[in-house]
Amino acid sequence: MNIVVLVKQVPDSGTERQLDSSDNTVARASADNVINEMDEYAIEEALTVKESQGGEVTVLTVGPDGATDAIRKALSMGADKAVHVSDEAIHGSCAVQTSAVIAAALSQLEYDLVICGAESTDGRVSVMPALLSERLGIPHLSGARKLTVDGSTLKVERQTDGGFWALEAQTPAIVSTWDTINEPRYPSFKGIMAAKKKPVETKSLADLGVDAGTVGLATATSQVLDFAGRPPKGEGVKVTDEGDGAEKLVGFLASQKLV
Amino acid sequence: MRASLVMSRRDLDFLLHEWLQVEQLTKRERFAAHDRGTFDAVIDLAAEIAVEHFAPHNRAADEHEPHVVDGKVVLVPEVAAALKVFGEAGLTAGTLPEELGGLQLPQVVSKAATVWFQAANVGSSAYPFLTMANAHLLLAHGSQEQIDTYVRPMAEGRWFGTMALSEPQAGSSLADITTRAERQEDGSYRLTGTKMWISGGDHELSENIVHLVLAKVPGGPAGVKGISLFVVPKFLPEGDGIGERNDVVLAGLNHKMGYRGTTNTLLNFGEGVHRPGGRPGAVGWLVGEENRGLAAMFHMMNEARVGVGLGATALGYTGYLHALDYARTRTQGRPPAGKDPLAPPVPIVEHSDVKRMLLAAKSYVEGGLALGLYCAKLVDEEQTAETPEERTAAHTLLEVLTPIAKSWPSQWGLVADDLAIQVHGGYGYTRDFPVEQFYRDNRLNPIHEGTAGIQGLDLLGRKVVAGGGEGLRLLATTIGATTARAAGTEWADLAADVDAAVARVGEVTATLWGAGDPDVALANATVYLEAVGHVVVAWLWLEQVLAAGDADGDFYAGKRAAARYFQRYELPRTGPQLDLLASLDRTTLDADPGWL
Repeated sequence: MNIVVLVKQVPDSGTERQLDSSDNTVARASADNVINEMDEYAIEEALTVKESQGGEVTVLTVGPDGATDAIRKALSMGADKAVHVSDEAIHGSCAVQTSAVIAAALSQLEYDLVICGAESTDGRVSVMPALLSERLGIPHLSGARKLTVDGSTLKVERQTDGGFWALEAQTPAIVSTWDTINEPRYPSFKGIMAAKKKPVETKSLADLGVDAGTVGLATATSQVLDFAGRPPKGEGVKVTDEGDGAEKLVGFLASQKLV
Repeated sequence: MRASLVMSRRDLDFLLHEWLQVEQLTKRERFAAHDRGTFDAVIDLAAEIAVEHFAPHNRAADEHEPHVVDGKVVLVPEVAAALKVFGEAGLTAGTLPEELGGLQLPQVVSKAATVWFQAANVGSSAYPFLTMANAHLLLAHGSQEQIDTYVRPMAEGRWFGTMALSEPQAGSSLADITTRAERQEDGSYRLTGTKMWISGGDHELSENIVHLVLAKVPGGPAGVKGISLFVVPKFLPEGDGIGERNDVVLAGLNHKMGYRGTTNTLLNFGEGVHRPGGRPGAVGWLVGEENRGLAAMFHMMNEARVGVGLGATALGYTGYLHALDYARTRTQGRPPAGKDPLAPPVPIVEHSDVKRMLLAAKSYVEGGLALGLYCAKLVDEEQTAETPEERTAAHTLLEVLTPIAKSWPSQWGLVADDLAIQVHGGYGYTRDFPVEQFYRDNRLNPIHEGTAGIQGLDLLGRKVVAGGGEGLRLLATTIGATTARAAGTEWADLAADVDAAVARVGEVTATLWGAGDPDVALANATVYLEAVGHVVVAWLWLEQVLAAGDADGDFYAGKRAAARYFQRYELPRTGPQLDLLASLDRTTLDADPGWL
């Protein structure tokens, strides 16, 4: 079974992240960029499926040149090869435009299954798998907490607030995963060394047959017009216990709709 | 870069790349498969595993000491879980050659990865590090059969290793060990005796435990010249696995002040509890030649001692980072000039005395890290430098620096933890904050792998006089090359101070040995060790600020501030110490034990 995993490099969510004040896009050059955390679960799931079904795992990334670090980590975890779509014209693209680029890249690959994380920690629009499903005309099994492969049949438990839905589809299909699906493996020392020798193909928009005029900030379907930092934390409410401390606390929690 | 309270990745990157230029090592055949990317990935991996699997149970392993149930050692389960992740990632085999499943990592990069574990949880990380030291020793001195039998499973993380040198009556003085090894007809030996302070000596964490044991073969020379080295496994090897239980048994666990996650044991060899081959006696095999055991053990001692120094630095470093974090968030008091009692209190990091403590700790831990990584790189140079002359020079420099690389961070990393407690005030003295544990854990480092006193004797009694003083001369030349580079820079004054101190060390060394009385010369060897250590670290601070150049930003400004701190507050300490030494002071020598 040939599997493509979508991997995105994002600014580390554990550090202070910025938007570039010149065009209101994510400031990537100055950030500590890492592999999108949710994508590590997708990679792990792809490797697990490969281990039971055979085949190859290809990493597909759209991002600037520095995104090779994220690719290298995915390869050191055990993926077989990678495709890196890098083109300056893509800068500032919205999710709809990006999905066109990814769909074009996927069209040039042989795959039975596409796996991706449910969202990225920078954009957080969480629509990419659905957009790709639409563009490629393949089923989308979303929000997986469990994936079972039986020949060409995919079974997914879709996580919901109250339990799960059982979904089934035939390959080719796209599955998006939550962080409840597995525990991603660490790269091993050997994996780190092996990753150096694995093929990484870099493609431009022209290689994919995508018109550069249809992507990028100027023609994006949505743009960030303005932004502001998070307001500083307020001082909070101090409850003085005058024999009625418990009542005051409950009253406060009730006023905040916490109880 | 995500800030961590375990270690500073930013500082490691600065030292490895901006200062030591370790990527240059990849031009050498042994490291040709590597590049900056693999170095970064290895350190990323170490940091991730240390933070996610080692740091979280550091306190639990301290609070729930190892204990014995039905003859088996019980540890908190997180230790085994963390070591499983460590082994599966291949970390044990980092520096080993490719043919043994290793990565052939440079020592300097391996050590930069290692400090994450030592800072996160020194107790749990001791098991694999002892195993690595054991494997390196067998690799250098064992037969091919011993390498295949023992190093391979250790490299795979299946078997762990120990070093069994000390005995209850003989610690620093190995000449007095009494464990006997009797030669057998089949070429093996049977060992009988008791070994004390054996870290990782017994546990259920691995399939087997490989003890490297110093013992004496009857009929051999007296003293250290009659010591041989043996490999003595807990279970005798059979095929790729283990067979019969060997006659090595746990006699007891030591209950320690810190480092509690590491079992520390009293082991009995040849007591007859188990009878391999139907009779008592621990079965062992000679490593190298008879009576050459101590030389073999000491062959690996430089690397082991540099490792201990880095461990002390790592514990001091994490203490410093915790203190800094606390000082930035804890508000208390107002600046002396701020008279308004209604003004909000300031974070304590704004008080000069707190800054003094943090600058001191910063100068110790960043200086110690520079010292440890510099020496680790010397190990790489010693093994892989282009020419024989360069390899010999690296060896000579490493020899003279090793006692300092072991003892200086053990002394000052501990002071950094002491200051971390002080910065925390009363909270630092409670078990609600981790700094008291860092201090207790770090208190071992001036003691094991050769006490500070032994390091002083090693430096003054052996290293600086060996080869007619060649080591000290090379150190002075190396330092002189740095101070020459500082000419015309804003650091010319620090360079001049370092030059003056180096010259004074040379004079004092000549005075000490010129008196012709080794008892007088060595009476204050520990003071000598401390003074020379401070001079060396002042030099390494000069190296760091020269590497930083005129780069902007808080990180580089911090380097410059710590260098100035060391120049003004620390280096001057050496003046009175060197004066005392030059006076050939006999206070300690003449003190009658009855007066004490």
